[in-house]
Amino acid sequence: MTDTVAPPDALSVDKVIVRFAGDSGDGMQLTGDRFTSASALFGNDLATLPEYPSEIRAPAGTLAGVSAFQVQISDHDIMTPGDAPDVLVAMNPAALKSDLYMLVPGGTLIVNADAFEERNLAKAGYEDNPLEGSELDAYRLVTAPMTSLTKEVCKNLGVKPRDAERSKNFFALGLVSWMYSRPSEPTMEWIDAKFAGRDLIIAANKAAYAAGHAFGETAELGHQRVVVPAAPQEPGTYTNINGNTALAWGLVAAGELSGLPVFLGSYPITPATDILHELSKHKSFGVTAFQAEDEIAAAGSALGAAYGGYLGVTTTSGPGVALKSETISLAVSLELPLVIVDIQRGGPSTGLPTKTEAADLLMAMYGRHGEAPLPVVAASTPSDCFNVAIEAARIALTHHTPVILLSDGYLANGSEPWRLPEVDSLAPIPVEFATEFNHTNADGEPAFWPFLRDENLVRPLAPPGTPDLMHRIGGIEKQDGSGNVSYDPQNHAHMVAVRAERMALIEVPDVEVVGHPEAEVLVVGWGSTWGAITGGVRRLVNAGHKVAQVHLTHLNPFPKNLGEVLARHDKILVPEMNMGHLARMLRADYLVDARPIGKVTGQPFTAGEIEQVALGALDD
Amino acid sequence: MTDMLDVAMGNVGEAPETSRSDWQSDQEVRWCPGCGDYSVLTAIQLLLPELGARRENTVFISGIGCAARFPYYMDTYGVHTIHGRSPAFATGLAMARPDLDIWVIGGDGDMLSIGGNHLIHALRRNINLNILLLNNQIYGLTKGQYSPTSEIGKVTKSSPIGATPRPFNPVSVALGAEASFVARTHDMDRRHMQEVFRQAYLHDGAAFVEVYQNCNVFNDGAFGAITKKVAREDMLIDLRHGEPIRFGGENEKGVARRDGGVEIVNVADVGEDAVLVHDEARQDPSTAFSLSRLAEGPHTPTPIGVFRACQRDEYGRTVADQIAEVTASRGKGNLSALLRSQPTWEV
Repeated sequence: MTDTVAPPDALSVDKVIVRFAGDSGDGMQLTGDRFTSASALFGNDLATLPEYPSEIRAPAGTLAGVSAFQVQISDHDIMTPGDAPDVLVAMNPAALKSDLYMLVPGGTLIVNADAFEERNLAKAGYEDNPLEGSELDAYRLVTAPMTSLTKEVCKNLGVKPRDAERSKNFFALGLVSWMYSRPSEPTMEWIDAKFAGRDLIIAANKAAYAAGHAFGETAELGHQRVVVPAAPQEPGTYTNINGNTALAWGLVAAGELSGLPVFLGSYPITPATDILHELSKHKSFGVTAFQAEDEIAAAGSALGAAYGGYLGVTTTSGPGVALKSETISLAVSLELPLVIVDIQRGGPSTGLPTKTEAADLLMAMYGRHGEAPLPVVAASTPSDCFNVAIEAARIALTHHTPVILLSDGYLANGSEPWRLPEVDSLAPIPVEFATEFNHTNADGEPAFWPFLRDENLVRPLAPPGTPDLMHRIGGIEKQDGSGNVSYDPQNHAHMVAVRAERMALIEVPDVEVVGHPEAEVLVVGWGSTWGAITGGVRRLVNAGHKVAQVHLTHLNPFPKNLGEVLARHDKILVPEMNMGHLARMLRADYLVDARPIGKVTGQPFTAGEIEQVALGALDD
Repeated sequence: MTDMLDVAMGNVGEAPETSRSDWQSDQEVRWCPGCGDYSVLTAIQLLLPELGARRENTVFISGIGCAARFPYYMDTYGVHTIHGRSPAFATGLAMARPDLDIWVIGGDGDMLSIGGNHLIHALRRNINLNILLLNNQIYGLTKGQYSPTSEIGKVTKSSPIGATPRPFNPVSVALGAEASFVARTHDMDRRHMQEVFRQAYLHDGAAFVEVYQNCNVFNDGAFGAITKKVAREDMLIDLRHGEPIRFGGENEKGVARRDGGVEIVNVADVGEDAVLVHDEARQDPSTAFSLSRLAEGPHTPTPIGVFRACQRDEYGRTVADQIAEVTASRGKGNLSALLRSQPTWEV
């Protein structure tokens, strides 16, 4: 196997979108991940979209069991995993049936011919073998007997045919890597590390990869080899990061920056569980990762640890936030710091656990009993999850309040190259605990009043163990200042007002308008729509259209200049993966005609979709 | 541990001497006159000075209910949380702060109904908490509905022709969760309460104590058949570690094994050697469980005292040990290295 990454005869293109699709058991996520890593190390910009069913092993060969991984690689700055794939790898008939519609006309279709036998065809609902008819004529079809060739090369290694079959995804990876001139070394090294000690598996996977690579070289594919050159990137050290890993690292960083040990209370839930996995690894940072008995205990334990002086965090998805809401309200009442991470997914109820949606914004804002305001922040890209985790902790620890951080399944599992920040450049999070009395009682005795506030209406925190400052707090309404139980009507009205005022006192950077300086149409986004909005708006601006965008990290409180920015624009579009949450908030707060652009298919927006709606708005 | 918590965690050496009044907060106690909760509060406020506890290191955590007002009356740290969740809150606090003495106080509705899940998991994990379940067999704060410990047939506002579900026996529930310390006491005997609370305090791990507590407004006399002075000799079986289990005015009754369980016997009938010797340290909780099944409700001879007190790993410490071991073997985490822990490339 040669590793000429950019053969002289290769056709250079600026981008390519590849989609690997197969049965859940075919290893498509791994294949896509490997292709992505090799491309990242090669220097491409990239964005990924893993899509998999919620069943761990749906019946093999069925449409329900199709798992796919889409990646766009480019020689320039991109924001999304691409609108439509240029290449579709279909490992079985079900994958072809479910994903073919996405492939661009004339696109390359690579199929595992061995899988197109009677039973699999029937399971996918094909009466005739599509490889034998004319229905695929619109595509550049590459049929490779991946299963049998993989078994063949493994035979001499002493690998059993059943085990050999499981390596066929490496055949596909080898073939696509040859076609798109990807380096092989990173994958070989990865195989060595991943399967260390299991020599037969290492040998089988490497042999299958080599066979796929050789198939590309020797079979008369009639295909031009393609190369996507490296993208110009800012100098620095890069790594390929997904949102959940970035978020977990952001929480570790917040612990370091604040000087507080991190306590994570969590209960497994898709698509948030990987944060629990990741933080469970980082004990050497003093991180306590507690897998609680349920979502409520996850939040309760984190709040208990926060009371004890830790940075308390709980991670979940929408159904978990619903369960935690009473505890979150308690945190609002106690004015204790707590970071609640919601990796949103399709709802209501179990909904689409493995698909993305962003329909928890109004729950984050208002989904509690009583008047219980809290800050809400949202991440916009996988690597931004790192920054926003630190920001959520900063607000929680400096304003002594629970903070909800919104991410979603698309950011959680999607990845992008990330230029690593210099650790020294990260701003410390100042934390101060009370150690002295702050009040003198009428009898002249010094006292500690837990609700005696500073100029930002922030109360002092004295963790238990602090000598002399013993005090009681609780969910019952308390007298402002002393913190004693109070049912006084005027005091309650005052406390409700104070809790609202506390939000307004949180400092939030202004939003920045990006795009045409005289824009008529302003596209306002939050969360993971950033990539699609930026891609779509950039195309329109480059074509001279009067379009611009703003993107919100802070959803409560809003940036101070947001009202003025909205007022400057005639038409305001709000694309969201919900039925108009932010649009409602903007309408309510600023009395502007914010038009909701909803998408709730379990898939992220594409740049093309944003381009179309913005164009449409320019015309009306 | 981080420097940020140096002050809070810096209390070492002998605690200053305290008296009962040091443990009383300035808040007016607002239980109904005659409530059994008063005697529990007094027992605790008298006991803690004796134990040499530190006020600043003592935390009372409660949920919702009459008993859950407890923290407001103690001049210690305290949090009145939400219904049923006190064991969850306390679990996080105990894991974060092994230096604290944490008491969790709640009622039968709080801990066995809405918070049952948190209670059994706190016991299963053996979190270092002193859990007092003040069982009055009724919902008091909501003015009289049947609770998970109310007897079958109980007539309340929500069961006008009698409650039908079978009640929990809190001691059985705790033993079923394999709690390492399980005891029962009652609000009519302060010395007994204090002795049980003392042992709970000294126990390493989760200590569960059921306190029979009279609600004189909504369920008056629920335990009278066994706790009133004239009944105690014949109706309370006081478990003492290492001693034969006997009771009655003449010590004429006892507990003996039978059919894999235990039964109440006349000692004269079976002979002294047949009387079961109580072993609270027995690892297998089966005998303790059998003892908890001796009485169906507080109307027949009922065991009190420590059913089980044995040693096993405390969860917070095992977690802290793992953190310490990993940190010792790999060195303290380095953020810059963490960010570079996946494949990287230079541009």
